[in-house]
Amino acid sequence: MNGGAILTEADAGAALPPGPSADVMLPAPCKVAQVDKETHDTFTLCLEAKGGDGSPLFAPGQFSMLYAPGVGELPISISGDPGEPGRLVYTIRSVGKATHALVTKSVGDTVGVRGPFGTSWPMTEGRGKDVLIVAGGIGLAPLRPAIYHILRHRGDYRRLTVLYGARSPRDMLYRKQLAAWTYLPDTQILTTVDYGGLSWRGYVGVVTTLFRYTRLQPDRTIAMICGPEIMMRYVVRELESRGLTARDIYLSMERNMKCGVGFCGHCQLGPYFICKDGPVFPWKRMQGWMGKYEL
Amino acid sequence: MIGSYLKMLQQLAFGKEDALVHGQTSPLLVTAMATTQAEPGTKLVIEVEAITELISRLRGQGYEVIGPTRRDGAIVYDSVQKVEDLPAGWTDEQAPGKYRLKNNEDGALFGYTLGAQGWKRFLHPPEVKLFRVENDSDGFRIVESASAQPPPKYAFLGVRACELAAIALQDRVLTADWYADPVYAGRRRNLFIVAVQCTRASANCFCTSMGTGPQVKTGCDILLTEIAGDGRRFLVAAAGTRAGAGVLADIGAKKAPAEAVKQADRAVEGAAAMITKRLEVSGVRELLYEQFESARWDDVARRCLTCGNCTMVCPTCFCVTVDDASDFSGQSAERWRRWDSCFTQSFSYIHGGSVRLSPKSRYRQWLTHKLAAWQDQFGSPGCVGCGRCITWCPAGIDITEEVAAIRDGAQAAAARE
Amino acid sequence: MENVNLLEILQKHPFVQGFQPKHIEKLAALGHELKLERDRIIFREGDESSFFYLIVTGKVALEVTALGRTLRVQTLGDGEELGWSSVLASEGKHFQARALGAVRAIVFDGARLREACEEDHTFGYEMMKRLLGVVAERLQATRIQLLDMYSPAGAKP
Repeated sequence: MNGGAILTEADAGAALPPGPSADVMLPAPCKVAQVDKETHDTFTLCLEAKGGDGSPLFAPGQFSMLYAPGVGELPISISGDPGEPGRLVYTIRSVGKATHALVTKSVGDTVGVRGPFGTSWPMTEGRGKDVLIVAGGIGLAPLRPAIYHILRHRGDYRRLTVLYGARSPRDMLYRKQLAAWTYLPDTQILTTVDYGGLSWRGYVGVVTTLFRYTRLQPDRTIAMICGPEIMMRYVVRELESRGLTARDIYLSMERNMKCGVGFCGHCQLGPYFICKDGPVFPWKRMQGWMGKYEL
Repeated sequence: MIGSYLKMLQQLAFGKEDALVHGQTSPLLVTAMATTQAEPGTKLVIEVEAITELISRLRGQGYEVIGPTRRDGAIVYDSVQKVEDLPAGWTDEQAPGKYRLKNNEDGALFGYTLGAQGWKRFLHPPEVKLFRVENDSDGFRIVESASAQPPPKYAFLGVRACELAAIALQDRVLTADWYADPVYAGRRRNLFIVAVQCTRASANCFCTSMGTGPQVKTGCDILLTEIAGDGRRFLVAAAGTRAGAGVLADIGAKKAPAEAVKQADRAVEGAAAMITKRLEVSGVRELLYEQFESARWDDVARRCLTCGNCTMVCPTCFCVTVDDASDFSGQSAERWRRWDSCFTQSFSYIHGGSVRLSPKSRYRQWLTHKLAAWQDQFGSPGCVGCGRCITWCPAGIDITEEVAAIRDGAQAAAARE
Repeated sequence: MENVNLLEILQKHPFVQGFQPKHIEKLAALGHELKLERDRIIFREGDESSFFYLIVTGKVALEVTALGRTLRVQTLGDGEELGWSSVLASEGKHFQARALGAVRAIVFDGARLREACEEDHTFGYEMMKRLLGVVAERLQATRIQLLDMYSPAGAKP
């Protein structure tokens, strides 16, 4: 992997050390090992990652720039298990030309990869704490590596709570996994949808309504949130009203990206480059910037 | 302003092999702006005719020499071979939205203030083919890349103090942050700088406010100050690096008489005295962050065309876009990097819309980034006070006026409370 | 016997947090315990009979039926309130409510609750305060739900 940092632990907010001085704009060709359909418009792409010594290829929360040769390149969060060697997994929603080109790849096709880039979820910071994961829509994808990490190092963390909201049951990601995780001890998985049909026996309502079914201990909880910005804003409000401080809350932000490495200037939000100061931010840093109209 | 974070740059420095006490240009530009208190290097003099010899020597060393030329009614930085290529006897008149060349009587080579564009297009080119790929059995293969090509060797002749500061700012952004841009770094590493101090200022200059000039303190290979008048034309010269000293020796530079040195100092002071515009830097970061909703933004939005001229001529603006396209057969594809501007509607496009759709929000983004956010990102404001954005704005928008107006608005609002 | 149990159950319900003990007792006297089996329709759209429910355990869905299709707009769970509109006025129900699983609730006759509020304004004020809170929360949540923020183009205007 050119330009990517191979890391063991990384705290959110502390960006990764710069990678080797390779040209970070050159993609490495990786073969597609598997393509899974998650929903009607979302697919998970599994790529073979060459090289490496078995240590993690990325930290939870990071993203790669994925290149569909000749079509385009996009930032996509890595959604796989950092503890699984040799694989890079991406959950991609088909919304345009480039994403369509990526999700229609077959096993054996090649995709270009640059990265991993960006800051990561506070897996070290969260040790010894209750972890509250709140995801909306495709926002569960960059959080799944955090869940994998916690499950692999279960003894390092206390209670795990996952609150997940999607548009409708057919838009939900990783349903089987979520169902399986429900049975784990010290783990609470709650899902809700905005629009439910008769066959859906779960909660219906926006994801903030799930909080009342949890027991939060604010002084020992770390929260990681990812989803549409509106959702994240309301979730933060809910968490603060329940006693979490700005240092306990982390979000993953998103802006237009062209280079992913801090040169093109497109991803700026206030003083931050989302690609290198983020995408994961402690709320303390994002406070005052997120939600400003036309910032 | 620039000095304090140049100290920080020094932590990132590579070797300083070529540096002299006076100033340093390291192989990797980062230490180009050295932090040690500059002791004056030995002052020399050269005749105007020696400029041709200077250019030849540099060409002999493999440099393409880029210097000021007169073209299309403006001073344009382009290839030069001899002193006659320089715009002797020409000066410029600048005002908001205005640029004219005029003859001056003293026949000075460097009597203008600034070229229309800066040196940015040589170090951070407007278009770069980042790579070309071809399909093969493994998927694709990179057959060509910008970073694998040997970078050109440029020697810049006529770099102003503000332009040196701008280069240092781009060094910080493009080579001294998390990742380094090999295209910029390669050209920068090869760069030979002949700086020329300003002996006059245009009506749009405000380098004194930004702490970037008109005096050049450090960061070049050769520093020249042209004295022209009373029928005499010569240049006071000093070396900033060993390489510069070598070239000066080769072209027969002699020790400068004390009077010449004094004349040069006075001329630079004279340039400073001509500056009329002011930008109050102290507190500008907090001011622009706090005044996010200032009425002044609506006011400037009524005038701003969002044409992006300012970003094109600004020597520190670095934003680029990346485009991928394949050929008709689909057998090969190229990725290109091109200058971009935060003034475009699509700059902030995400999820079906632009975050900054209104012209107001885009102007505010540019100015706030340049003077405030840049400080958080890179340790100092991103503006060097060259005034090009004022000159080349078709609406004549003057950022020094805008900042002052925002400050006045803020003070008036505070007084009302 | 039944009512003593009911009082204990009511005392634990989030709705009455902060009530004076005598008000909890007054409320308990007005309520009955209710057990519902899965898929039972608790009330239908337009039902005139109006009841207010405090859900003790279980999940309830609010639904709308149209053209033979049933759309689920919200679910309510343990410790929540169902049928707040009965306490305010006597118009028919706007939605249909269905028990999604086994549900235990305390049910109150809306008209009798209203009378009790009129007779004892202190009690009435406490009831209204809480009901207002419930409505406010639902309104907030519903507004966000309306944004359809998970759609590819983000929230639609």
